[in-house]
Amino acid sequence: MKIVVALKQVIARDSVLRLSADARWVDETDAAYEINEADAYALEAGLQLKEKQGGEVIALCAGPGRVSKAIREALAKGADRAIHIALDQPEQLDSLATARLLVEAVRQEGPDLVLTGLQSDDVGAGQTGVVAAELLGWPHVTLVVGIEPAGGGLRVRRELEGGWFQYVETPLPAVLTIQSGIARLRYATLMGIKRARSKEVRRIDARELLPQNETAAPIVRLREAEKTKQTQILEGPPAEAAAKLVEKLKFEARVL
Amino acid sequence: MKVLAVMEERGGGWHPASLEALAAAQRLAAVTDGRASAAVLGADPGERAADFARYELERVCAIGHPVLDPYTADAFTAALEQAIGDLRPDYVLFPHTYRTRDFGPKLAARLGRPFVSDVTAFRTEDNGVVFTRPVFQGKFVADVRIAGDAPHFVSVQAGAFRADAVAAGSCAVEEIGVEIPAEAVRTRPGEPFREEAGAVDLTAAERIVAAGRGVKDESDLEMIRKLAEALGAEVAASRPVCDAGWLPLSRQVGSSGQTVAPKLYVAVGISGAIQHLVGMKGSRVIVAINKDPGAPIFEVADYGIVGDLYEVVPALIEALKTG
Ligand SMILES: Cc1cc2nc3c(=O)[nH]c(=O)nc-3n(C[C@H](O)[C@H](O)[C@H](O)COP(=O)(O)OP(=O)(O)OC[C@H]3O[C@@H](n4cnc5c(N)ncnc54)[C@H](O)[C@@H]3O)c2cc1C
Ligand SMILES: Nc1ncnc2c1ncn2[C@@H]1O[C@H](COP(=O)(O)O)[C@@H](O)[C@H]1O
Repeated sequence: MKIVVALKQVIARDSVLRLSADARWVDETDAAYEINEADAYALEAGLQLKEKQGGEVIALCAGPGRVSKAIREALAKGADRAIHIALDQPEQLDSLATARLLVEAVRQEGPDLVLTGLQSDDVGAGQTGVVAAELLGWPHVTLVVGIEPAGGGLRVRRELEGGWFQYVETPLPAVLTIQSGIARLRYATLMGIKRARSKEVRRIDARELLPQNETAAPIVRLREAEKTKQTQILEGPPAEAAAKLVEKLKFEARVL
Repeated sequence: MKVLAVMEERGGGWHPASLEALAAAQRLAAVTDGRASAAVLGADPGERAADFARYELERVCAIGHPVLDPYTADAFTAALEQAIGDLRPDYVLFPHTYRTRDFGPKLAARLGRPFVSDVTAFRTEDNGVVFTRPVFQGKFVADVRIAGDAPHFVSVQAGAFRADAVAAGSCAVEEIGVEIPAEAVRTRPGEPFREEAGAVDLTAAERIVAAGRGVKDESDLEMIRKLAEALGAEVAASRPVCDAGWLPLSRQVGSSGQTVAPKLYVAVGISGAIQHLVGMKGSRVIVAINKDPGAPIFEVADYGIVGDLYEVVPALIEALKTG
């Protein structure tokens, strides 16, 4: 089975974020990056399918030069090769425009399956995979937490709200959007890291793929979120703050 | 502007977020000098559509076809594509549910339009509408403007608009016929099911201590258990803790897990992403312990301690023993 996994590189989770000078995005001057959480699970799901079924896993990532780190990590974990769509300021594109780019690259490969993360942790649009499926004319299944081959297609387990699940059968080719927790994530081994160096990374310029990248829903500005509650912050060293909290919970909130 | 709100059924009634989306649709219609309508889809939606006849709407559209039951993205997309062609709305609004995530962006893409998801607010600005949505897991919000031709597609975050704000009135139910060839539906959905084995009912708990990714190691959960014990509380968790297999899914709080409303909810090392918040923001008193003063959990917390949980939690256990 030929599997393309779409990986997005995002600012690392624990980063302290400040708005950029023009407030259109965040300041990335000293940012550290990582593979988007759901996409790490998509990669893991792809690698496990390949190990069961045979075939090939191709990592696909659109972004500036910095994404080569995400690509190397995917290769070190076991992806066979990668496609890097060189694109400055990926945050300027809406999901439709991003999906159009990814789909151009997918068409050149003609895979059986495309895996994406369910949602990116920066823009959080939660839709690029679904849009890509529509542009490809393929069926899709979202919120996937389990995949098994069935007949010529797949039988996937999908998460519903409030602790419910369902199985869905889909023919191939298809797009699945992967939810976190689908499998335990592996670490790259030393051997994997060594091997990654000789694996193919094909670089395509975004403008070559699609001369015009039209974005119809651009971000105008970023702002601080508004608070809905007045939080009482209990100050002081841990012991003092803890004692104050216990007081408050007992005598003010009366929940103890 | 003409605003069409797509309603979602759940368990014989309506998904709670549906009425919120309807309230948002009425507001959007009001600020753009237009009218709102509702759309209901199903195998035989006429009777259920009548539920919406008591609201101030232009009409409620009952879009019926046998292929619409059970739900599939393929059938819903085909049906709404045709209905939108008939009705020509300027905006199509959805509740930001898992179902909307599954077919809303597909529908928009079929019509070559962007889909603005998870909107919490909107306002008019420079003769246009600006939509606000969270980015960076709720650490910031982004204002987004939709360019290009109508219809514009938008989904509304759960809890952002009030269901009880839907204006009453009366309107007619209008049946809208659509044609969907059976082969348009490519996926085969099974019955929804629940994993019952070993399930914990957190909804009955009076107090809950919930651990998040700030807890770095499985063995550190012991400290969380001790805190829970000292408070007479149940232990719960955010998704990453359950994803890692440290606690069973039945202890996950949030949109994919349980929705709880205890007297006391203590969030330890939880950032407060919306999918977690929807599961616990109804709690009477919320305490957040987090080292990041900018964490969105502080937007819903009554009491907060900004600090390292590895220092704060032991101190709190101690204070509960002596206090
Ligand atoms: C469709 C969908 C469904 C989802 N369903 C759910 C769900 O049901 N439940 C759920 O919880 N999530 C759900 N999520 C995931 C959700 O979006 C967040 O990713 C998740 O809630 C984050 O968990 P967290 O806050 O524990 O981790 P993080 O976001 O990583 O936050 C960790 C927090 O710990 C703090 N911290 C770190 N170290 C320390 C320390 N030493 N002391 C004090 N504080 C510290 C950090 O400042 C940070 O705020 C869902 C996502 C999607 C897209
Ligand atoms: N620039 C990108 N490069 C590769 N994959 C992407 C990119 N942007 C989005 N994706 C994929 O689309 C998924 C959903 O993203 P989003 O719609 O932004 O929430 C991500 O989890 C990725 O799998």
